[in-house]
Amino acid sequence: MRGSATRHPTGVGWTMDRQDVHLETCSLTQNPLRKIWTPCKNGLPEAPIFQRRVCMTNCPTLIVTVGLPARGKTYISKKLTRYLNWIGVPTKEFNVGQYRRDFLKIYKSFEFFRTDNEEGLKIRRQCALSALSDVHQYLTGGGGQVAVFDATNTTRERRATIVRFAEQNGFKVFFVESVCDDPEVIAANIVQVKLGSPDYINCNSEEAVEDFMKRIECYKTSYQPLDEVLDRDLSYIKVMDVGLRFLVNRVLDHIQSRIVYYLMNIHITPRSIYLCRHGESDLNIQGRIGGDSGLSDRGRDFGQGLRKFIEEQQIKELKVWTSQMKRTIQTAEVLGVPYEQWKALNEIDAGVCEEMMYEEIQDSFPLEFAMRDQDKYRYRYPKGESYEDLVQRLEPVIMELERQENVLVVCHQAVMRCLLAYFLDKGAEELPYLKCPLHTVLKLTPVAYGCKVESVCLQVEAVNTHRTRPENVNAQRSTEEALQTVPDHF
Amino acid sequence: MLKSDHVTVPTAKTSRLLHRNTRDPGTVPGHRARSGMENKPASNPAKARELTQNPLKKIWMPYKNGLPEKHTSQRKVCMTNCPTLIVTVGLPARGKTYISKKLTRYLNWIGVPTREFNVGQYRRDYMKIYKSFEFFRPDNEEGLKIRQHCASAALNDVRQYLSDEGGQVAVFDATNTTRERRRTIFQFAKQNGFKVFFVESVCEDPHVIQENIVQVKLGSPDYTNCNTEEAVSDFMKRIQCYENSYQTLDEVLDRDLSYIKIMDVGRRYLVNRVLDHIQSRIVYYLMNIHITPRSIYLCRHGESELNIKGRIGGDSGLSARGKEFAKLLSQFIAAQGISDLKVWTSQMKRTIQTAEALDVPYEQWKVLNEIDAGVCEEMMYEEIQESHPLEFALRDQDKYRYRYPKGESYEDLVQRLEPAIMELERQENVLVICHQAVMRCLLAYFLDKTAEELPYLKCPLHTVLKLTPVAYGCKVESICLSAEAVNTHRERPENVNVHRTTEDALRTLPDHF
Repeated sequence: MRGSATRHPTGVGWTMDRQDVHLETCSLTQNPLRKIWTPCKNGLPEAPIFQRRVCMTNCPTLIVTVGLPARGKTYISKKLTRYLNWIGVPTKEFNVGQYRRDFLKIYKSFEFFRTDNEEGLKIRRQCALSALSDVHQYLTGGGGQVAVFDATNTTRERRATIVRFAEQNGFKVFFVESVCDDPEVIAANIVQVKLGSPDYINCNSEEAVEDFMKRIECYKTSYQPLDEVLDRDLSYIKVMDVGLRFLVNRVLDHIQSRIVYYLMNIHITPRSIYLCRHGESDLNIQGRIGGDSGLSDRGRDFGQGLRKFIEEQQIKELKVWTSQMKRTIQTAEVLGVPYEQWKALNEIDAGVCEEMMYEEIQDSFPLEFAMRDQDKYRYRYPKGESYEDLVQRLEPVIMELERQENVLVVCHQAVMRCLLAYFLDKGAEELPYLKCPLHTVLKLTPVAYGCKVESVCLQVEAVNTHRTRPENVNAQRSTEEALQTVPDHF
Repeated sequence: MLKSDHVTVPTAKTSRLLHRNTRDPGTVPGHRARSGMENKPASNPAKARELTQNPLKKIWMPYKNGLPEKHTSQRKVCMTNCPTLIVTVGLPARGKTYISKKLTRYLNWIGVPTREFNVGQYRRDYMKIYKSFEFFRPDNEEGLKIRQHCASAALNDVRQYLSDEGGQVAVFDATNTTRERRRTIFQFAKQNGFKVFFVESVCEDPHVIQENIVQVKLGSPDYTNCNTEEAVSDFMKRIQCYENSYQTLDEVLDRDLSYIKIMDVGRRYLVNRVLDHIQSRIVYYLMNIHITPRSIYLCRHGESELNIKGRIGGDSGLSARGKEFAKLLSQFIAAQGISDLKVWTSQMKRTIQTAEALDVPYEQWKVLNEIDAGVCEEMMYEEIQESHPLEFALRDQDKYRYRYPKGESYEDLVQRLEPAIMELERQENVLVICHQAVMRCLLAYFLDKTAEELPYLKCPLHTVLKLTPVAYGCKVESICLSAEAVNTHRERPENVNVHRTTEDALRTLPDHF
């Protein structure tokens, strides 16, 4: 009696969907990589089951931006895409402006956007349809869950087209409108992201600004903002004055609710986020993972170095966060400033492998060790966690980091990799191998659509704890092959 | 190492006092660093302070002369610097009290000390007898005076709660329909250093209002001696008394206030100037709750192999009796005829095995896993007493805050379960198959149980609890599907002293094989 693995309404992956009544409770087998229990028959798993990550909608979601140029639509699109991918929702953005640039190759002037430019209108419409076609492909077979359709979409007519397209394909639609009339915000926007646009490569600043302002004018007369009455049946969030006020209408499901929550927590006030690990610990020196040991002498020196560094940076109202493990707290103590302890920042739980050396893990659990190398992101230690679990655990931390301004996070290797991957938009494959050495501070400063990273090595010696993926990840490999990339330790 | 002779174990009460005395030299005078505790810097920062691990919560904190220097608590919810006053706004029968009570329950559960102050209740206590809607007529001078007096009395209690009693959030539940009244409250808050967040409920749907009146007004003490028709008629006239002077929160006139305007029971929201983390969480919560009738079913996995042996934790499979329960559960669920039931389990074998018998789709949640007993995993209580007598005693002293070495506390569990609660609020009919400690936490949320009660709530094996929201609370039906299972409920023993005998420690142990 096989159960069918169907795409269940609430699951991103599959849930168990039985067709026949199965009174004899079948046995379960535990997936060796993720340690998930699944029903099995004749020793083989019956259908793949994924642990619940984010509650998915039944059908894919199309997010549609709305707003005049320079209102932050692309900023929001990229940021939202980055967040959704990080929490495990496959998301992709489709920027119609980019389609236009690819099609036209050369941008002459704002005249292209004039409402009486028939040729221009035709091309723009074509680009929008081309983008929608790619959206369709992404959401219906390309493995996508959410597509962000980033364009002005300022007329009701254009939006109606998109809604029809979505309905035909079984996508839910959620509009994100950005409304802003603060001239300072718009000017700053233009400076940050428009001047550097491929459209204005051959212009000086003044020319670019002037042309862009005229471009905005082209849209203004035909702009129909989302209306409380006329658009009352649509699902949308209207973001006003860069987050001062929000109007939220008809949130339909979990993912839309999460999107609203996220959009309501982000801000654009300039600030920096400092990420670093605890100082070198006693277990680090021994080449052992996990545990709750204290700092080594060199680790304490790092604390001193960190304190000096922070003082020199002269950061306004710096918040300091640590985990609840001794080594991060000891590091923060040296700083001489108030700090907050977060359990969510604790290092990945290595379960039965806690406090073991890689050599010992290879010795006692060679299969586990190999599986970890095969899929380090999804691999869960027996009675422990996976990077995938870590990301879920860290989501509230990321949400609060978005709310805050200047923050220093003193954490751990795996944790820092997860946080870094969020800020630098690194995928699940790269994340577990990001380099986060001891005694190095990463200063992240949001700029344009991304994040500037400055790496500051505080010049205090420490062991290397970074083990790269070995060539041979096969379960039958030799001990030598398994331990090939283990970093030196005492 | 635990120095049981030297280290004082802070009780819940002393810890609160210690919290409030902590000052963060970096913040503006008059603001307190509240319960998301922050560590104060050492006077000589160049020499890092030594750390000691609090034996109850396993929190590392700096110490001096063998004693903890400052009580720290792990970060729970990011606190504001100052207390928050939530003020409801809206005509009668718009759900203000429903929202107030629910929000209060949620905030307390996640660890934010919150209390609601219902001005109507102050009026009832003062007047003793309610005659008719005439009391609320805008031209009733006497009535107006009394209502003003009641509002002031309530605000006075708010001040006491937030400034003197360790409260973090106060919910001021009244109509507050005029701009003038709201200005008074705002000034009061400013004088006392409280932040203000308005929650307005706007609704014109006559069906919703009617249903509201039936659900909560007919049973009100005001209408004890009326029949249904009289009560409804009087209440409709009462609403009218407010309508003329109602000044809704205005996008322009009130643009400097922080508020959420809820329209048509959550169809639409206007959110203005969210200032901090707690307001952001409140908005998120209010946007996820609904009033569609539904039921939530809570139960544990069927009896497990480790249950039978009297061992805690682990990841064992169902016993024969546990499998029986799963079948009975399947029959029970089928008989209930629930539309669109969602089934959730943890990622532990025993809950999944239970769900498998139901023959319906289910989702596995890692956050629903049982409390991690750390070094005590798979031990019997007798063994824990033998190898960790101090730990065992500490747990009995403060079961909510006690964290197993390398494990979790109930307090940790609540934080872990918050996303599950949020999703339960969004959902309709759900069956949650989980574990003893987890079920206690979820139940405490729905039934508004305190931290002291929570770890001792009775959640026996093979019993399903059906929770149905009704009026301002939750109706509970307990269905025992089978009497055959070990008892896993250990009561708090009389003697919780670390020097107690083994006999005293094990006195309340339930039987096992």
